[in-house]
Amino acid sequence: MSVDTRLEDLLRGLAPQVTGALVRRYGHFDASEDAVQEALLAAALQWPEQGRPENPRAWLITVASRRLTDALRSDEARRRREEGTAIREASDALLAPPADDQAGRDDDTLALLLLCCHPDLSPASQLALTLRAVGGLTTPEIARAFLVPETTMGQRISRAKQSIRTAGSELRMPPPAELADRLPVVLHVLYLIFNEGYTTTSGPDLIRRELTGEAIRLTREVHRLLPDDGEVAGLLALMLLTDARGPARTGADGALIPLAEQDRTRWRADLVAEGVELITATLAVAPLGPYQLQAAIAAVHDEAPTAEATDWPQVLALYELLERVAPNPMVSLNRAVAVAEVHGPAAGLVLLASLAEDPRLTEHHRLESVRAHLLEMSGDREAAVAGYRAAARHTTSRTEQRYLDARAARLLRSGG
Amino acid sequence: MKYMLLIYGNAELWESFAPEELTKVVQETDALHVELRASGEFVGAYGLADQDMAKLVRRADDGLPAVTDGPYIEAKEYIGSFDIIDVESEARALEIAARVPFARFGPVEVRPIMHEAAPDV
Repeated sequence: MSVDTRLEDLLRGLAPQVTGALVRRYGHFDASEDAVQEALLAAALQWPEQGRPENPRAWLITVASRRLTDALRSDEARRRREEGTAIREASDALLAPPADDQAGRDDDTLALLLLCCHPDLSPASQLALTLRAVGGLTTPEIARAFLVPETTMGQRISRAKQSIRTAGSELRMPPPAELADRLPVVLHVLYLIFNEGYTTTSGPDLIRRELTGEAIRLTREVHRLLPDDGEVAGLLALMLLTDARGPARTGADGALIPLAEQDRTRWRADLVAEGVELITATLAVAPLGPYQLQAAIAAVHDEAPTAEATDWPQVLALYELLERVAPNPMVSLNRAVAVAEVHGPAAGLVLLASLAEDPRLTEHHRLESVRAHLLEMSGDREAAVAGYRAAARHTTSRTEQRYLDARAARLLRSGG
Repeated sequence: MKYMLLIYGNAELWESFAPEELTKVVQETDALHVELRASGEFVGAYGLADQDMAKLVRRADDGLPAVTDGPYIEAKEYIGSFDIIDVESEARALEIAARVPFARFGPVEVRPIMHEAAPDV
């Protein structure tokens, strides 16, 4: 790991603590967040040359506080000029180094995450704001990760901050009942960040793949803060067990390799072990939830030495549970695949026929690709080819389109 | 999700506008772009020169490019301009398309832009 990477990791880790400390003391989330970004930038420029300060966190808080009070003062001065009224100067005492403890910092990080995942914001805004304020990424980095112009992302972030201000939300730990309501939004945002990174399979999008690491880092942090929450642990385990397959997921040509055909020796054994241990321990004590169930399914797959050795009855039982706990058409589609593996493709196709009536799934490319897969299993080559082709036409993912077209072509050739 | 809004028309339609009417539509278009910039949904907007300006480039078997005049297809209506937006849903893309000022005169085609991301298969 290079010095630069270590510095970046350090700064990103400190970002939410510094923002939290500032917002707690000054109350201006919007301006504080800007001030912290400036302080992070100053640190990235100065520390490699002038050496790292003895207490990096205190340094960042001091510099960010100065920027913030400068910004607030110039706002005040402008308002004073405009309104012609005298307003008391911000006291220098505000710049005194903080005396808060580790527990206070932890609360700040979590409270900041909850603020960024405010229910008034759209998911895209929650994602962007979380990456900036909690993840410590810069606006240009986030813009590149989502392939939009910098000005668009800047606008999205500043609007998000404005919505939070309008909602009158403060940086505070909500009471337990409210935390229970709002934590799922945070977990969903972390899950989306992970997916944004994980589903990138090709192209010069290294920064997108960094999102995966960022999501795991933030989820680890939430898990450290709320070690007894089963869903937090479940999400972390799910990410680890999914990320473990990363090295085997694409071929040399960048094409997608499905789970059944992956070279399992290339899976990250350390991540599999960590994920399995985490989910096993969690399932034993925590109330069941959708992330834990998805992690348990991922664990069953990851523990099978070959695709043929997969414990499908176990997978099916878990999907049945998941469908009850969190009904969702995509879960039902996956259950149909498990049904086909356990009871044969005909049983899976019967289930699919009933799912096709769901308006969310009619003509959905996932329904078509699953049907094609089950038709292939049942030996109906012609219908399977047509199904893969239809699915390929309905997806907006280029990677998936290439994969589906390749399945159709391979099937055609195999028939001679 | 990113979408491309393709705004169709033809020379006959564009020439039929009275100057003040055209100015009004252009101003409305600018206003919509400003609004989309402010909402963080704007990726880009481009007007295309007339179809008369189109050139076709073909690579012959010898690998040498051959350039000819003219559009690929002589269509009654062709693309006059396009916008790229990044929005939460298809419903939002359709809502914006319906507000494109030129939608009053010709169709606006809404097409999802393909992305490299793939679901976990």
